Amino acid sequence: MNRLERNEKLIRLALLVVAFSAVSILAVITVFIFSEGSPIMLKYGFKNFLGGLDWYPSEKSFGLLPMITGSMMVTLGALIIGVPFGLGCAVYLTEFSSKKLRRVVKPIIELLAGIPSVVYGFIGVIILVPLIRNTLGGPGLSVLAASIILGIMILPTIISISIDSLLAVPSSYREGSLALGATRWQTVKMVLLTAARSGIIASIILGMGRAIGETMAVIMIAGNAISIPGSILDPVRTLTSNIALEMGYASGEHRQALFATGVILFIIIMILNTAANITSGRRRRRT
Amino acid sequence: MHLNPRHEQKVIHFALFFCTLVTVVILFLIIVFILRKGLPVVNSKFLTANPVDMGRAGGIFSTIIGTLALTLLAILVATPLGVGTAIFLTEYTFENKITRIIRFGAECLAGIPSIIFGLFGFILFVNKLKFGWSILSGALTLAFMILPTIIRTSEEAIKSVPAAYRQVSFSLGSTKWQMVTRVVLPAALPGIVTGIILSMGRSIGETAAVIFTAGSALRIPTSLFSSSRTMAVHFYILAREGISMSNAYGTAAVLIIAILMVNIITYYLMEKFIRKYS
Repeated sequence: MNRLERNEKLIRLALLVVAFSAVSILAVITVFIFSEGSPIMLKYGFKNFLGGLDWYPSEKSFGLLPMITGSMMVTLGALIIGVPFGLGCAVYLTEFSSKKLRRVVKPIIELLAGIPSVVYGFIGVIILVPLIRNTLGGPGLSVLAASIILGIMILPTIISISIDSLLAVPSSYREGSLALGATRWQTVKMVLLTAARSGIIASIILGMGRAIGETMAVIMIAGNAISIPGSILDPVRTLTSNIALEMGYASGEHRQALFATGVILFIIIMILNTAANITSGRRRRRT
Repeated sequence: MHLNPRHEQKVIHFALFFCTLVTVVILFLIIVFILRKGLPVVNSKFLTANPVDMGRAGGIFSTIIGTLALTLLAILVATPLGVGTAIFLTEYTFENKITRIIRFGAECLAGIPSIIFGLFGFILFVNKLKFGWSILSGALTLAFMILPTIIRTSEEAIKSVPAAYRQVSFSLGSTKWQMVTRVVLPAALPGIVTGIILSMGRSIGETAAVIFTAGSALRIPTSLFSSSRTMAVHFYILAREGISMSNAYGTAAVLIIAILMVNIITYYLMEKFIRKYS
């Protein structure tokens, strides 16, 4: 074997090692979050963590149910607002607008993804929260405010992945449907949304992951009260805000309990990631 | 009420147009609102003076330095890893179990919320490795966070280099590595740079992962081990603790302008790159 060939082998090996960096980082993160967070869960019991209503870390009471419910509520709210708007945008830009308009609007929507989450939170506090307080009542800092802001924040995810999957539908599908006398909307409704289904579902799952994981914006506008909200105008605390609000001063078992909060969040996110991966994988195989 | 398909089509067309319009209008409102309130505060003194009295007075110079230091270091760490991964995935292997694992890992990493990165960076870099709240801890955490973006954009850039380039290079007797470094990478460079700038934008705006790893000291950082506050963290603290609304608006305006610039440069490079190969 000459020198060049040996070098090539070494380079390939080095690149293989580098290529495993993302997987290794994922593994290291998993190990650290679980090793910090799970001992305390085992000590006080999973049931108390997942089903407990009281979070008084100083009295060793670590119930996360209000935060789990909170995360679920704001995420559901974000989907109710973000999915119809996002899908509407995606369908309009791929099926109704001119190509030129799409080329202008798509980067604008991607810009929406670049705006820092603290800015979204700030806009929420300054504009949305007073608006809700004055028109609908309640403290303003609420499930509703968080849902609206999160709904806007997940738009870019839903729009760009849905656009990609709609564009991936072969144009013969469209032509066939239009030739049968269907209107554009009937084509979208009966042919395209079915054909692009898995990509659209993946976009919704990824948007859901983004909403559950969002921290700074939610802290600023959700009110952070530790109780299960009775209405959408009540304040709420999510899993992410629970971590970020108390991490600055927590120590000992309190800090471990925050890592346990991280464990639950991590498990939810990994389930969503896997689901998105499976649905988009199915699409890849089919086309 | 039952609409005939032709009318239904009109109604839907309008409704969908309305969705798109609202999305674009929201974006403009956010940008215009922040710039209108913030730009009057921003002047050369605001940009070059350090914060005084926790940010009540003075400017944001030290936080600009902190942001730049963190972002550049994160890019420096993540780029070789990301581009290396992309080269391996595109040039050195076929689709198989290993590439599926690597891709799945990168996709999962991309989905992990920044607060989890913050927790992880805090326990590993700040606590276990004893880097403390520092530029180094913050930059490594950010590097891990932006790695998936760099992998994905580099992979797409490398894939879009025409196969003919590779064939010519091989036919001239080059080894694979020579082909990669002298032909493929230079051709894919604009695409790779696009990904790097995109992740710069993400680093500049990141708060949750940075606040628990780089800390929030207001001094100008002097070494990799000094704690530093980024613009985004500074803005968050000013706004949340009500320290100074006008300085909060000013900081937000600078942040938004930085993000706008990043996006415009990315868009410009991307257009150029696409035009070159299509």
